[in-house]
Amino acid sequence: MSMIINGAAAEPPVDPRVSLLDFLREHLHLTGTKKGCNQGACGACTVLVDGERIVSCLALAVQYTGRSITTIEGLSSDGALHPLQQAFIDHDGFQCGYCTPGQICSAIGMSSEAKRGLPSHVTADLSAFVTLTREELQERMSGNLCRCGAHNGIIDAIAQTVDAERTGVAEDVA
Amino acid sequence: MTPFTYARADGIADAITLGADPATAYLGGGTNLVDLMRETIARPDRVVDVTGLSAEITETEDGELSIGAAVRNTALAEHSVVRERYPVLARAILAGASPQIRNMATVGGNLLQRTRCTYFYDTDGSNCNKRQPGSGCDAAGGFNRIHAILGASPACVATHPSDMCVALTALDATVHIDGISGARTLPFAELHRLPGDHPDRDTVLAPGELITAITVPPMPFATNSTYRKVRDRASYAFALVSVAAALRIDDGRIGDVRIALGGVAHKPWRALKAEAILRGAVPSEALFREAALAELADAHPLRDNGFKIELVKRTLVAVLGDLAGASA
Repeated sequence: MSMIINGAAAEPPVDPRVSLLDFLREHLHLTGTKKGCNQGACGACTVLVDGERIVSCLALAVQYTGRSITTIEGLSSDGALHPLQQAFIDHDGFQCGYCTPGQICSAIGMSSEAKRGLPSHVTADLSAFVTLTREELQERMSGNLCRCGAHNGIIDAIAQTVDAERTGVAEDVA
Repeated sequence: MTPFTYARADGIADAITLGADPATAYLGGGTNLVDLMRETIARPDRVVDVTGLSAEITETEDGELSIGAAVRNTALAEHSVVRERYPVLARAILAGASPQIRNMATVGGNLLQRTRCTYFYDTDGSNCNKRQPGSGCDAAGGFNRIHAILGASPACVATHPSDMCVALTALDATVHIDGISGARTLPFAELHRLPGDHPDRDTVLAPGELITAITVPPMPFATNSTYRKVRDRASYAFALVSVAAALRIDDGRIGDVRIALGGVAHKPWRALKAEAILRGAVPSEALFREAALAELADAHPLRDNGFKIELVKRTLVAVLGDLAGASA
């Protein structure tokens, strides 16, 4: 049984010690996904598994056999940037760029979590419709660190994209 | 990581057969075990993936909530029954880790995660009785700001890191266990151990035993419950201290109450002394403070963590005040 990476089939590694992160980077040469802390603390390695965001450094690749994985390389289509990629450029959502692929994959997963009504630590009413205020975005993106300190631009980029989604201006980010 | 073989269990019977070998580790979301293996703190010969086992959340006929051990943390916090009837549980989960980690981590794995004591993780330079029994505890005389104030021993001053487990302790949950010698259940508060002379044993599980499910009893007053976590930054940090509590006021008196504390001990700390003082009494800030003082009477601060005593008092008083106000 194989895995699907950005729409293409891949055979999982023979050695079960290989993390999903190392499998993507070293075996498949998909180096867009970054290795930061390699212990689940920074979020640089965030990818989407069947649409859900996870940190690939704490994932054994063999556990994801049969699953569909999307990395930063799988987001653009026919050379056109994903709306979030463009928003990060428009809002200076990065400086060195190392955390950016993880930030963008994480924000896409975050957006679909909010759409289905998942509350967060800062949600006052656990049963209410989720409104992605700035405070909500900051909490929901707290698993992705930026050592350059571009967090304000990152939140601006995500806020613009989720606002555009709501008003139907941009394409669906999920 | 040391080499291991990987197998995916296709059922509980299959898992416990594979797990009977003492060099086996059960693998859930991997958010702790993969890290421990990478640091060579965990060195299993065989890893049995149990994420394919029960991931169901169901309500039983007698009103219990049954949570399969493979349920992901996000799915549990998101479940409508948890949000409506056990807000303390939803809030505890949402206060823990990061969204990515909550999407990966399983309920069973959350229960069995190991301490984040920095000396436990420092394989190169530190003595740790939990990691290497008999080697000593460098935390007891070291930097111990994050360590235990209740129930510690000379052998170990580590704390249990889970938020979810604090809520499950307050909710009187039950742990369902299976193994080669049969299935059994345990009150949640009896799963984790105090360190004593064997801090290497976090729980009372026998080798090869597998957590299969958690049940939470119907507790109507838990609709008035919450979880408050105090940490060094606003998000994505382990608790310095935390409070899980549920409160019912009947005719101006405290009809029932449940309290558990996190970040203070080797296990989630059920605050039975505080509960006993509160039950039947007229709620007031003075009463809440008296209850907190009673629970902390046996607290033993270390060099760097004396602040936790006052922090627990203030946090507990604030939480009880909020819950009393909400039910007034």
